[in-house]
Amino acid sequence: MQTQRPNALFRNLTAKIAALPMIATALFVFVGCTLWTVYYSFTKSRMLPSDKWVGLQQYERLWNTPKWQIAVENLLIFGFCMMILSLVIGFVLAALLDQKIRFENTIRTIILYPFALSFIVTGLIWQWVLNPDFGIQQVVRDLGWQSFEFNPLFNPDIVIYGVLIAAVWQGSGFIMVVMLAGLRGIDEEIWKAARVDGIPRWRTYVFIIIPMMRPVFVTALVLIASGIIKVYDLVKAQTNGGPGISSEVPAKYVIDMMFGNQNLGQGFAASTMMLLSVAVILIPWAYLEFGRKKHG
Amino acid sequence: MADISYPTDARGAKPRRVMTKGNVILWSTLAVILAYYALPLYVMVVTSLKGMPEIRMGNIFSPPMEITFDAWHKAAFTACTGLNCEGLSRGFWNSVEILVPSTILSIAMASISGYAIANWRFKGSEVFFTILIFGAFIPYQVMIYPLVILLREIGLFGSLWGLVLVHTVFGMPILTLLFRNYFTSLPEELFKAARVDGAGFWGIFFRVLVPMSLPIFMVALILQMTGIWNDFLFGVIYTRPDQYPMTVQLNNIVNAVQGVKEYNVNMAATLLTGIVPLTIYFVSGKLFVRGIAAGAVKG
Repeated sequence: MQTQRPNALFRNLTAKIAALPMIATALFVFVGCTLWTVYYSFTKSRMLPSDKWVGLQQYERLWNTPKWQIAVENLLIFGFCMMILSLVIGFVLAALLDQKIRFENTIRTIILYPFALSFIVTGLIWQWVLNPDFGIQQVVRDLGWQSFEFNPLFNPDIVIYGVLIAAVWQGSGFIMVVMLAGLRGIDEEIWKAARVDGIPRWRTYVFIIIPMMRPVFVTALVLIASGIIKVYDLVKAQTNGGPGISSEVPAKYVIDMMFGNQNLGQGFAASTMMLLSVAVILIPWAYLEFGRKKHG
Repeated sequence: MADISYPTDARGAKPRRVMTKGNVILWSTLAVILAYYALPLYVMVVTSLKGMPEIRMGNIFSPPMEITFDAWHKAAFTACTGLNCEGLSRGFWNSVEILVPSTILSIAMASISGYAIANWRFKGSEVFFTILIFGAFIPYQVMIYPLVILLREIGLFGSLWGLVLVHTVFGMPILTLLFRNYFTSLPEELFKAARVDGAGFWGIFFRVLVPMSLPIFMVALILQMTGIWNDFLFGVIYTRPDQYPMTVQLNNIVNAVQGVKEYNVNMAATLLTGIVPLTIYFVSGKLFVRGIAAGAVKG
């Protein structure tokens, strides 16, 4: 038998000590470092962190910087398209694979392999495939369509769509896997009932299956959204923000400011804006997801 | 005797109606989609096997007329980044040196934490866990600079172990979630029986739980190996140039401003960097899918 129970702090002491790395990570890194950055975004930090408080000045300057404005605009376009495309492609692929077709495993393996590759590798592959002199544009021209124009990586107006093509290639397979798991979780009886009622397949999908899969869609959306905010390596490898500054993204702006331009205050302010946008997505989701569970 | 067994050759008496309208649409859609996913890899492979004159003449999809491995050799051993001309091999070994301790340390830490909060709940353990999970959504950019200061304070900034620590910290949320969920799903009687037999915290962990948790350790291993190998951001910030992991060195080689672009060398280098996670992916199959789906599991 154990000795008399000592005071509460020492009960389970081994477990507490074993969990120390996790506690330290949660408190020092996730809470501590985040608060630190938010605090210093209100200071005059440049090369080194400074304690001189300047209020919202960094934020004013941030929103007046063209590079940041372009970065935000790019992120909005990229984010919107990425969400729609990933969800649509992911769902359609999952629905196709769910038709009990042959070679399902092979097809899934082919669609998912890009997800194993890093964003650097992805960016470099697509930099080459979209190369104007040798890539898709040239191949189509060689086929006889001389005036064919598809050169996203060197056209400031559409460069972000070039990045988008690569990002969808890399990430949509993962969404397909999530969707497929959701589809497989749907009761076979529902399909039978719909068939008995003579409802066409596509209508069953649109009006019955998709509404039933709402939680899966929400999860997929959260996964895509948190990936979008983090986009950095892909742009770094594929375009390095170019041509000019036309494919900059916020995550790259932060790193450039902190480690390239020695302008820490701008980096802190920009990263705080990133945190804010995550919170805007995350808090309502967490509320819906966990709030409901407790009440229900 | 053999006659009694099922007639294998008589299977499927009628040929299937392969060419219904629906099937044609289905398979032609699939063909287009598969081309989108598969062609870039194909293009990489054929480009890396061509010589530069052939690349300048032909198109990216044409198979090589003359297969040469010069580009691979150059990418691996003689390509230059700045003044350094050792090729990607150095980046490869740097990545291995980063990968091994990071994977071991992060899985060890996370499995123990997951075990502690799954089976030895204490006051506040759920709170820390919730913070950890929400922390997974915080953009790295928010925490990167204070971590530089922290690492500098403890003298690990710019060293291999600093980077290992960073990987361990940022691997914590997903891995702890993974292990916690797995340990919670095991029957509680097992745990109780071990306690009655007098096993303590570590005894139960090492002698009861770890031996029966091999699949989840494999999932964690796959997750961390691909994740750490593919990392770019932490590598470029927390290490010095002579310790840059393969991804960073690859980017420096391919996106170098000076010199003539050698597309075949670039593609060989890109393939070399991608080979490790691709191998893990093709070998592990279903476990990889489980690993990435773990991110989708709700806590």
